[in-house]
Amino acid sequence: MENNKRLDLSYTQMKWDTAFKRILIFISGILLVLVVGILITLIIQSMPSIKALGIKYLWGKVWDPVSNIYGAYPFLIGTLLTSFTALIISIPFSIAIGIYLGEYNTKGWLSNLLKNTIELIAAVPSIIYGFWALFVLVPIIRTFETKIGVQPYGVGVFTSSIVLAVMIIPYAASLGTSLIRMVPSPLKEGAYALGATRFEVIRSVILPYTRSGLFAGILLSLGRALGETMAVTMLIGNTSAIADSFKNIFFGPGNTMASVIANEFAEADHTLYFSALIELGLVLFFVTVIINLIGKRIITKYTNN
Amino acid sequence: MDARIGIRNSKNILFKAVIVFFAFVVTIPLIIVLLYIIKQGVMQVNWHFLTHIPAPEGEKGGGIANALVGSFFIIIIASVVAIPIGILTGIYLSENPGTKLSYYTGLCVDILQGVPSIVVGIVVYFWLVKPLGFSGFSGSMALAIMMLPIVIRSTEQTLLLLPPSLKEAALSLGVPYYRVILKVIVPCGFAGILSGIILSIARIIGETAPLLFTALGNSFLSTNMAKPMESLPHLIFTYATSPYDDQHDLAWGASFILLMFVLTLNLFTKFITKKWNIQL
Amino acid sequence: MEHTVISATKFNAWFGDNHVVKDVSIGIEKNQVIAVMGPSGCGKTTFLRCINRMHELIPGATGKGSLKLYDDEIYNMNPIYVRYKIGMVFQRPNPFPNLSIYDNVVAGYKLNGLKVAKAEQDNIVEKSLTSAALWNEVKDSLHKKGTFLSGGQQQRLCIARAIAMEPEVILFDEPTSALDPISTASVETLFHELKENYTLIIVTHNMQQAARVSDKTAFFYMGELVEFDDTKTMFTSPTDTRTQNYITGRFS
Repeated sequence: MENNKRLDLSYTQMKWDTAFKRILIFISGILLVLVVGILITLIIQSMPSIKALGIKYLWGKVWDPVSNIYGAYPFLIGTLLTSFTALIISIPFSIAIGIYLGEYNTKGWLSNLLKNTIELIAAVPSIIYGFWALFVLVPIIRTFETKIGVQPYGVGVFTSSIVLAVMIIPYAASLGTSLIRMVPSPLKEGAYALGATRFEVIRSVILPYTRSGLFAGILLSLGRALGETMAVTMLIGNTSAIADSFKNIFFGPGNTMASVIANEFAEADHTLYFSALIELGLVLFFVTVIINLIGKRIITKYTNN
Repeated sequence: MDARIGIRNSKNILFKAVIVFFAFVVTIPLIIVLLYIIKQGVMQVNWHFLTHIPAPEGEKGGGIANALVGSFFIIIIASVVAIPIGILTGIYLSENPGTKLSYYTGLCVDILQGVPSIVVGIVVYFWLVKPLGFSGFSGSMALAIMMLPIVIRSTEQTLLLLPPSLKEAALSLGVPYYRVILKVIVPCGFAGILSGIILSIARIIGETAPLLFTALGNSFLSTNMAKPMESLPHLIFTYATSPYDDQHDLAWGASFILLMFVLTLNLFTKFITKKWNIQL
Repeated sequence: MEHTVISATKFNAWFGDNHVVKDVSIGIEKNQVIAVMGPSGCGKTTFLRCINRMHELIPGATGKGSLKLYDDEIYNMNPIYVRYKIGMVFQRPNPFPNLSIYDNVVAGYKLNGLKVAKAEQDNIVEKSLTSAALWNEVKDSLHKKGTFLSGGQQQRLCIARAIAMEPEVILFDEPTSALDPISTASVETLFHELKENYTLIIVTHNMQQAARVSDKTAFFYMGELVEFDDTKTMFTSPTDTRTQNYITGRFS
């Protein structure tokens, strides 16, 4: 090829290069616009509720759209109760999976099979868990509730927590697995050389070493649980009134922030009602984002060390 | 001394037994759910089921053609929007680590990954549904927002794994940057990018919450993206919570189909990543 | 001065605040093999990567001073064009894993989207592979992936890929450091044949290699060009004590 032609081509290509780099920057900027846009939209749309109800909205105990009274307390309680119950149920399982796949059995078909199965738990859509639980788990819980002497609703906080617990296990488990696999073997060998058993190595070397990472995994699981909508909406019973005792709150029907949005958003017929629901979305957004970011930050810090 | 070693040993064995028990017991609920859905759903599925729309309330028969077609269109449009943006953003992040923009973009990706899907639904409602009405298209946009973080992160991570020498080799031949990226870097990372895309589709195919206030649902077959559209997960939600047994049957069948899609897509991802030895 | 292909006058290069190439002046003549040696971190590779403007691809990396290809200032030229005129072979063989051997050789055309007639393409492939002494070994498997070849073959494939663009100069960045002795020998033999048509600049930390293959040798130390002379003179009677120390192995 002639040099002059090639030189001309080079200049054309340089222009394309500049254009390409600009496109990359522009497209990446879309993400910023998107996230800022989400935040601003939520804030603007919840303004009427923020102005009318102020901060006391958060601990108002009554949610009664018919009388135009809005308090988010029942949903905060519902969300926290379902999420933390689910989290507490899930922790032993996810840590056990982390230890098993990260330390006891890291290779081979059984390890792979278990790993893939756990990942599959996260892959099954939440609507399917909800549907299944509604028809299979709820009757079982109802029998159980009759036996222990509480109102046998079947649906409610307790039922939602159990299903939620299964759904969030994979998040902490897979992170736990990879972090435990990253524990440097000299550390473990040092302890073995002193005559420690495997249990002692896990307890006094692996768990302390991976503590912050495991905590981050649990945070990510919590973030999932807080925002989970469909399965909970189908199982929680959708009641905005708070029951009189803890037992009745725990076993009886309730509502979470996500489930009340899913249920009432379409039927909200006046501005304040609508806006109060969106404010719930705003709170949910902040809480999940902060939990996720803290979790991610810990992981980044952990894997960089 | 011997006794103490004995105790330590039994503790060791006991601990392992507990761990193994807890680790494997988790698979039981999954297996129960899968088997139950298959048992309930597989009998519903036949040609009629796949090609007809739901029968009116209280009547037997009918199918889920409206939901299959709706899900297909909604996901295609979501992919058309999310994949190019996701890949290009992933390229930017992997090519420009350490810039201010990549820091904030990365932060936004993390944020987006944590946003509950119902919140995405609310926001798209204000952006598209309020001005234009409920539509399949607005459902696509909500799902596209859910897809983006997965496509971006998988692209970024795949490209970061490629050796820098590959880029240098192409640049040193007088190949311009944009061609190096599009003709060398992206093809070399193709398998990883593809598996990220499939994974993101597997993730959104069962998403219901963002569609509640966007695509809404439609008991009739519609291919008009500007009008309300049915989707598999939304159909399951509506019929699962209805009082009619015939509608429950439709929902079981639809759950079975949805589950098969999700399982196939996940297996496919596993297959690609294994064959190409890529870690996601 | 007709014959000078690459000339530097008071050329400097930095990584951020780190001054890695200091006031280098050198004139490299056509159809010669130049060896550039020096202890690691002496700036030899950086200087090499400035010649085809690969240096600036690293964030914060800059170059200043005069560096010319014939009469043109390299830093005023279009970098794409510079890299087309000045080829490069890297430390580790880096054939494109997604391309066949054939496509690897014509990668410079293909990746640029340049249409070349099939017959001419075949011709380029055969000629380049022959010049790289690889044709006989791969002529029956041209459509296999380049990554199936041995390390030495891969490196010669990378040389063929550079030759295919018919550059003025080919830069080699420690081209045999990742190869076994037999592959190294085959690549070194190539240098003698290649210099009939090209000017070769080879960065190496292997003194024996510099002595075996080059006409002239440049010795870099702490970013400075300490000495530049005929290879024979350099190895038998170096003028600078630092060169002498290096050659006699007093530091490395």
